[in-house]
Amino acid sequence: MKASISSVLEPALKRNTFWQKLKQQKALVFMSVPFLIHVIIFKYIPIWGWVLAFQEYWPGKSIFQQTWVGFDNFRMLFNDPVFYQVLRNTLAMSVIKLILGTVSSIALALIINEVRFIPFKRAAQTVSYLPHFISWVVAANLVRDALSTDGGIVNDVLLNLNIIKEPIMFLGIPKMFWWIIGLSHVWKEVGWGAIIYLAAIAGIDPSLYEASVIDGAGRLKQMWYITLPSIRPTISILLIMNMGYLLSAGFEQQYLLQNGRVIDYARVFTIYELDYGIKMMRYSFATAVGIFRSVVSLILVFFTNQFAKRLGQEGLM
Amino acid sequence: MIKKTYVNWENIIIDLFVYIILIVLIIVTLYPFLNTLAISFNDALDSSKGGIHLWPRKFTLYNYRTLLARKQIFQASLTSVARTVLSTFLCTFSTAMVAYTLSRKEFVLRKFISFVYVLTMYIDGGLVPTYFLIRSLGLTNNFWVYVLPGLVSAFNLIVIRTYINGLPDSLIESARVDGAGEFMIFFKIILPLCKPVLATIALFVAVDNWNAWFDTFLYNSANPQLSTLQYELMKVLQSANTMTGSLMQALSQAAAGTAHTITPRSIRATMTIIVTVPIVIVYPFLQKYFVHGLTIGGVKE
Repeated sequence: MKASISSVLEPALKRNTFWQKLKQQKALVFMSVPFLIHVIIFKYIPIWGWVLAFQEYWPGKSIFQQTWVGFDNFRMLFNDPVFYQVLRNTLAMSVIKLILGTVSSIALALIINEVRFIPFKRAAQTVSYLPHFISWVVAANLVRDALSTDGGIVNDVLLNLNIIKEPIMFLGIPKMFWWIIGLSHVWKEVGWGAIIYLAAIAGIDPSLYEASVIDGAGRLKQMWYITLPSIRPTISILLIMNMGYLLSAGFEQQYLLQNGRVIDYARVFTIYELDYGIKMMRYSFATAVGIFRSVVSLILVFFTNQFAKRLGQEGLM
Repeated sequence: MIKKTYVNWENIIIDLFVYIILIVLIIVTLYPFLNTLAISFNDALDSSKGGIHLWPRKFTLYNYRTLLARKQIFQASLTSVARTVLSTFLCTFSTAMVAYTLSRKEFVLRKFISFVYVLTMYIDGGLVPTYFLIRSLGLTNNFWVYVLPGLVSAFNLIVIRTYINGLPDSLIESARVDGAGEFMIFFKIILPLCKPVLATIALFVAVDNWNAWFDTFLYNSANPQLSTLQYELMKVLQSANTMTGSLMQALSQAAAGTAHTITPRSIRATMTIIVTVPIVIVYPFLQKYFVHGLTIGGVKE
């Protein structure tokens, strides 16, 4: 009896190999494999293109006919003073954006949370999200107009308040550029960034507040002793996760707001790749820059993720 | 008694502070848009005298008429609309389909395909290798470069898959018992049930596509027919406050000999409004769905 059952089952078990299953699931294969090929072409073949960085690329020859130069392009990169300037600018603007962005979003979430008049709360939120959906091209236009010396609103206000005597050319002062980037980032993203903290605040157990009222806590004390500590895990996980993106300070923002006067403080990695690589036809060099950025970013993401996990938070990967 | 007045004072001060801060925030956010709107409807020469804030002083439609009459701008609007509509449909549909296969636990390639997509969130080939790839595929000076490279993104894929995983399995099982194939299940059951998440993804894809300019700059700048509105605005912005740039020259030539003038400032303002209006139109829908989208994006398997 036993033997006969296994002899019936055996062919069925054999049929359950990988290829047999694949054949059974050909509808699913048909629905997904074309897109698998698509993603391999558009995302993975460029990584194979990294070999360019170890060659002296000469237009017109195929990738197999190029001269191999080993790490020459990387040596050139690490000997280039501009590279260190780019690294400094990128890190500085990332850190400024991260700190200003986080602090302002938390503050806005706390403030919105204190509004009891619901229609006003909705209106303020609706307005605050709007700039997030506007392109940086439009935002850069608005920032330029607001900061212009020729009737720009910022200069107008400062002049009328007698804070300054002469209009200031904000976008022409190198030392100011990082802060303009930081503040325009806040202008565009503060409302959007506050959403996640508002969601965290909404998840706080209301009985905590009820208990604190009995203990005689006012709204400020509630904010300080209940709301802020309750959203601390959210704050730290977002901060840690964003550390992984320190080498991508954004690109559009800097590219669209920079000009010749401030370029030494505005140049970030992608601008460097464009101006010192592609525009000068140094394709191999630009590839090396891209590799440096990708690899260091990957390492940063990996370590911050491990760090977040060690803190008992759910990691990214 | 004393304690009670103290509590009231605290409330009043906090309310006052909160309302002042939020009103300032609303003004700071909206003023640049309203100011630009006023300038776009104001006579260019009059605007250059300054003092325009929230309302035009010398109302005119000339800025819009002259700009929209340019073939270059008209063509760019068509391209922008076409890329946005096509990308939105194709991306949303393709992503939903792949997400469905990845939600089937019995699918043998599930783990492998998921891994291939998730890895793309962490590595990036870089500017030059990507450019060479696009060029060798014949996608430079080609409309399809706006649609094809970003067809399925890992993030959107995860969002939709998470949503499908949350649907009751019994629906799919009973359909299968009734003899429905995978395509039938996907079209008749999954797609209708996924409407909220698909709306979210579609809106995000649409906004991203409408706002993109760097792909035009990198791949299609040699072909004016394939220009997009954002790229045209970018060029106007780059030529800043000078009368250089082909559009600027063409416009000032058109204005010459008429009673009207054209200034870089008024052109910039008018272009900015033209580019922003579609976003403002879809904004109510965006707002309805994006909070929802963010919450489902946060849930991971």
